[in-house]
Amino acid sequence: MNDLRDLYQEVILDHSRNPRNAGRLADPSGTAKGHNPLCGDLITLDVRVEDGTIRDVSFDAKGCAISVATASIMSGMLKGKSLAEVHDLFQRFQDMLTGPTTAAEGLDKLEVLAGVREFPMRVKCATLPFHTLRAALDNESGTVQTE
Amino acid sequence: MNAPAGQNPEILAARADFPLLARPMHGRPLAFLDSAASAQKPHVVLDSLRDFYESEYANVHRGVYLLSAQATDRYEAARETVRRFLNASRPEEIVFTRGATEAINLVAESLGRSGRFQPDDEIVLTVLEHHSNIVPWQLMRDATGMRIRAAAADAAGNVDADAVFREVSDRTRLIAFSHVSNTTGTILPAREICHRARERGILTLVDGCQAVPHAAVDVQDLACDFYTFSGHKLYGPSGIGALYGRHDLLASLPPWQGGGSMIEEVTFERTTYAPPPARYEAGTPNIAGAVGLAAAIDYVLRFGSEAIRRHEDAVLKYGVDRLDSLDEVRLIGTPDERAGSISFVVDGVHPHDVGTVLDTEGVAVRVGHHCAQPAMRHFDVPATIRASLGIYTHVADFDALADGLGKVRELFRP
Repeated sequence: MNDLRDLYQEVILDHSRNPRNAGRLADPSGTAKGHNPLCGDLITLDVRVEDGTIRDVSFDAKGCAISVATASIMSGMLKGKSLAEVHDLFQRFQDMLTGPTTAAEGLDKLEVLAGVREFPMRVKCATLPFHTLRAALDNESGTVQTE
Repeated sequence: MNAPAGQNPEILAARADFPLLARPMHGRPLAFLDSAASAQKPHVVLDSLRDFYESEYANVHRGVYLLSAQATDRYEAARETVRRFLNASRPEEIVFTRGATEAINLVAESLGRSGRFQPDDEIVLTVLEHHSNIVPWQLMRDATGMRIRAAAADAAGNVDADAVFREVSDRTRLIAFSHVSNTTGTILPAREICHRARERGILTLVDGCQAVPHAAVDVQDLACDFYTFSGHKLYGPSGIGALYGRHDLLASLPPWQGGGSMIEEVTFERTTYAPPPARYEAGTPNIAGAVGLAAAIDYVLRFGSEAIRRHEDAVLKYGVDRLDSLDEVRLIGTPDERAGSISFVVDGVHPHDVGTVLDTEGVAVRVGHHCAQPAMRHFDVPATIRASLGIYTHVADFDALADGLGKVRELFRP
C-alpha cells in the first residue's frame, strides 16, 4: 500500500475529484484534444496566448485520477508563463517521471506526481495533459494520442 | 462465500500444469484473471514446442528428406486435430492463420475480391463485436461499396437472433458475429443465427475466440460457413490460429496472399492456385505453432469441453455473485447466458486506477475498452474492468479480486 499511497496522494485525489480550471474558454487562441486509447483518457484543452505568454487555460477531462489531477495541477501553474518556460516545465516533468535521476527541481506543485515514476504503465496518463497543451500551443488540428 | 457446487476435482488440479501461475506478483500469489486477452500455457504445450524444435523441425511441404516429411506429418496431424476439435467434415476445411484477426481479414479480403458482392449489398455485424470483427469488414466495404449494419444488444447485453434478423434485408450477403462476447461474456445464439441465415442463402462467419476455451463447438451442427479462433486464448502459443471454411467456399474463393506453397504453376503470364487449404497458406507457416496448438487442444480434450463448461460455469457464477455483492461495483452486461468474462465498473473510480491498485495486490485484470468501442458506447461507459477465467481459475482468484476492490474502496474513499 505504501507505493500506492505515494501514487494516489490526497492532493492528487482532491484534484481528480475537483479539477481546477475545468471547463472551456470563450476565446482560446489554441485548442487540442488528447486521447490515451489504452485506458480511454480524453482531454480537451483550450489555451489563450498573448505576446508569447499564456494568459488563460482551461480543460475538460474524462479519465483516470492521474491524468485529470495532472491536468488540474498543470493548469494552475501556466498563467503568466512564457512558451519557453512551459517547454522547460514539460521537460523537467518528463525527466522526473522517466529520466535517469529522480530530481524534481523547479516542478513546484507537480512534484506530487513523482510517485508515477514507480508505475511505468501510468506515465502516459500523466504526460497526456502536457502533450495536449503542446498541441494546443501549436494549434495543431486533430487529436494527439499517447499510443 | 462458500465454495460452489459443480466444481470438477480433476480440473481444479489443472492449475498445477501451468508453471507461470506459481510466480508471485508484487510479493503475493498471482490471481490471473485476464485469460480472455491471452491464456497461460501448460507444461505439455511448452514441452511440445521444445521437443519439436529439438528433434523434428524442418520446413514443411518442401524437402524430400525424412526430417521434412516428418515435420509435414506433424503439421498435417495438427490440422487433423483442429478438424476433430471443430468437427469439420474434412481437414482441407482448416486453414492455419496467425490468429482470428488474420482469419477474418483473409475471409474479408478473399470474399471482397471474389466478385460475389455488389455495391449496396449488406453485411450485418453486432454491437458487441471486437474491432477485429469490424475493421476488416470496413476495409471490404470500402473496396466493394457494401454497407455495414449492426444488430443491437439489449440493456443486459443479450443479442438474440431476432435482433440480428431485424437488420437483415434482401441485400444481406453476410452475417459476422462473435460466438461469445469478449466484453460481457454474452453467449450468442450462434446455431439459430446460422441456421436462419443458411435458409436465406446468407453467409455466416463466427468469431469463436472466446467460445472454444469454454465450450464444445461443432461447425456442422452450427451450420456456419466460417468459424475462427486464436490458439493463444486456448492455452496454445501466440501467432497461431485456425479458420474453418466450408470446402466449396474455400475451393472457389481467390487467395488473399501470394507466395510459396499456395500455387500449382507459376509463369510470368499467369499463376494457377493450389486447392485449399494450401491456397490460403502462402509462405512458410508457423509450423511449431501448429504443433503447439494441437498439444493445447489435446490438453483441453483430456478434460473434455463439456466438463470444462460445467466446471467453469460454477466458478464464473461464483465470480459474478461475488462482484454483484459489492455495493460499489456495477456489472456491465448481465446476459442470460455467459461464458468466460465479467465486465464491471467501480463507482467513482476510473477503471485504469482500479487496474493499478489490483495489480499491486497481485490481481491481473484487463481495463479499458477491450477493443470493443461500440460495445462501450452501447453501455455508455468509457472503459470497464474485465475479469475473465480459464481452466486454471479458482474461486480464490475471485476472492483476491474482491479483496483488492476493498483496497480500492479504502484508497479512494472520499
